[in-house]
Amino acid sequence: MKISQKDVEHVARLARLTVAPEELEALTGQMDAILGYVDKLNELDTEGIEAMAHAVPMSNAFREDELKPAIGIERALQNAPVAGDECFTVPKVIE
Amino acid sequence: MNSRYEVVIGLEVHVQLTTKTKIFCGCSIEFGQSPNSQTCPVCLGLPGALPVLNQQVVEDAIKAGLATNCQIAPHSIFARKNYFYPDLPKGYQISQFELPICEHGWMDIETEELGKKRVGITRIHMEEDAGKLLHNESNSSSVDLNRACTPLLEVVSEPDMRSSEEAIAYLKQLHQIVVYLGICDGNLDEGSFRCDANVSIRPWGQKELGTRAELKNLNSFRFIKQAIEYEVERQIDVIEDGGEVVQETRLFDPDAGVSRSMRSKEEAHDYRYFPDPDLLPLQVSADWVERVRSVLPELPLVKLQRYQDEMDLPAYDAGVLSAERPVAEYFEGLVALYNNPKVCSNWVMGEVLGALKEKNLEIIDCPVSPELLAGVLQRIDDKTISGKIAKTVFEEIWQSGKNADQVIEEKGLKQVSDSGAIEAIVDEVIAANPGPVAEYHAGKEKLMGFFVGQVMKASKGKANPGMANQLLKKKLAG
Repeated sequence: MKISQKDVEHVARLARLTVAPEELEALTGQMDAILGYVDKLNELDTEGIEAMAHAVPMSNAFREDELKPAIGIERALQNAPVAGDECFTVPKVIE
Repeated sequence: MNSRYEVVIGLEVHVQLTTKTKIFCGCSIEFGQSPNSQTCPVCLGLPGALPVLNQQVVEDAIKAGLATNCQIAPHSIFARKNYFYPDLPKGYQISQFELPICEHGWMDIETEELGKKRVGITRIHMEEDAGKLLHNESNSSSVDLNRACTPLLEVVSEPDMRSSEEAIAYLKQLHQIVVYLGICDGNLDEGSFRCDANVSIRPWGQKELGTRAELKNLNSFRFIKQAIEYEVERQIDVIEDGGEVVQETRLFDPDAGVSRSMRSKEEAHDYRYFPDPDLLPLQVSADWVERVRSVLPELPLVKLQRYQDEMDLPAYDAGVLSAERPVAEYFEGLVALYNNPKVCSNWVMGEVLGALKEKNLEIIDCPVSPELLAGVLQRIDDKTISGKIAKTVFEEIWQSGKNADQVIEEKGLKQVSDSGAIEAIVDEVIAANPGPVAEYHAGKEKLMGFFVGQVMKASKGKANPGMANQLLKKKLAG
């Protein structure tokens, strides 16, 4: 196994996912299998081949620095679970 | 600073660009608007919205890179920096990680304490800003996403600075450069130029760097200095008490003059960067770089040197005149019309900057343009007015906006060079001052200045001082 239960817990925490203890073992096995599958790619000889950053062989899609109308405060906040004073309202953030 | 430890400082500066729109969408970045009024699906992070790169941001990044001696990467990419925070709508920040647009630069700085020093610039990359969190009295916080997606350049230095003075010198110079380039408004209060400082200490002679603390929230040069000095003392105390410095982020509180640990951010340091599939790789051709290079303004340090070498100005004058681009442009505009740099320098540093300061104006709002001022200087040269009257003329132009000739004509300020008229005044002055005349004859030749002063006073400053001097000498001798 390349993936430990600790790795799964760590990734879950980073992704803000709650994983029940009884799921942990199964998930660890599944993640390990996925990575094992992807690991097959390492069998290829990639010596001297430049790393690819994008699947499309294109570059430089730009826009001009020109103003476009905003969508408006009301629409911006339309999907917010809670809003008030023209802002999204979130649980208190303590630094 | 403590003599037993060497201080090591590296700086990360976020430079907010002066584009009209955000880095990946067409929303305005104007400061101080109603919360969330400058948002769209892209900067709100709505599903399916696609970011498109603002070309001006790339231009500005190239400018910053060239001005700090960086290599401009022909190929660079954008990456996602993943973390959760309520001011970050997408759950990731679009930034550059591997392959930033600029690398391997440097800037020369100078401090009184440590002299000249070359500071390495590791990289400059483009990224988007996060939104703003507003902390309420109540049990919640508010999020304003107007600032989300605002274009930033992050300028990362090498850990090359060895004192808070050097850190400040570096920051001031970088600030001056980005403002000169016109890519940043330089407004520290509005967060257009923000600094994080990585500070560590090590015993003298030790090669390895000590464990560093990252200081955040430094938005004035004074606070940065305070925060660094506080941090150095704190780390020395920790070590001398037998402890170990832990790597952490600390928030400086300028009111209390202390910093405190931000433990909340510790776990977040696993950012899982990966290339952003929404954005195509960026190719910057050599042609593009050269095109940008050709429109770069002359930079302050180059001007500083040129003013001394080519215009023969003292270092002090050159420093004042080159420090801010609008002042330099005013000065150069004046020199182009009146080719005596030292005289121009005296007038700009004295009358012009003095009056602007008194009236609390910026030089671009100066009512006396270089053209109008050059007109005054030419009238001094052709002896229409004296240098002293010229100051009166300058004030009149400031008030009325009229040109020198009009002011001289209307106010009757033309210098009297008619020897008959001056001679009459000279006679009066000699007659009215028998005591000084006797002392002068007794050998106190310094009194000539007094007599000239009296003649100037009697003529309300209009007598040609050279002629007054000559006539006085002749009369007093005779």
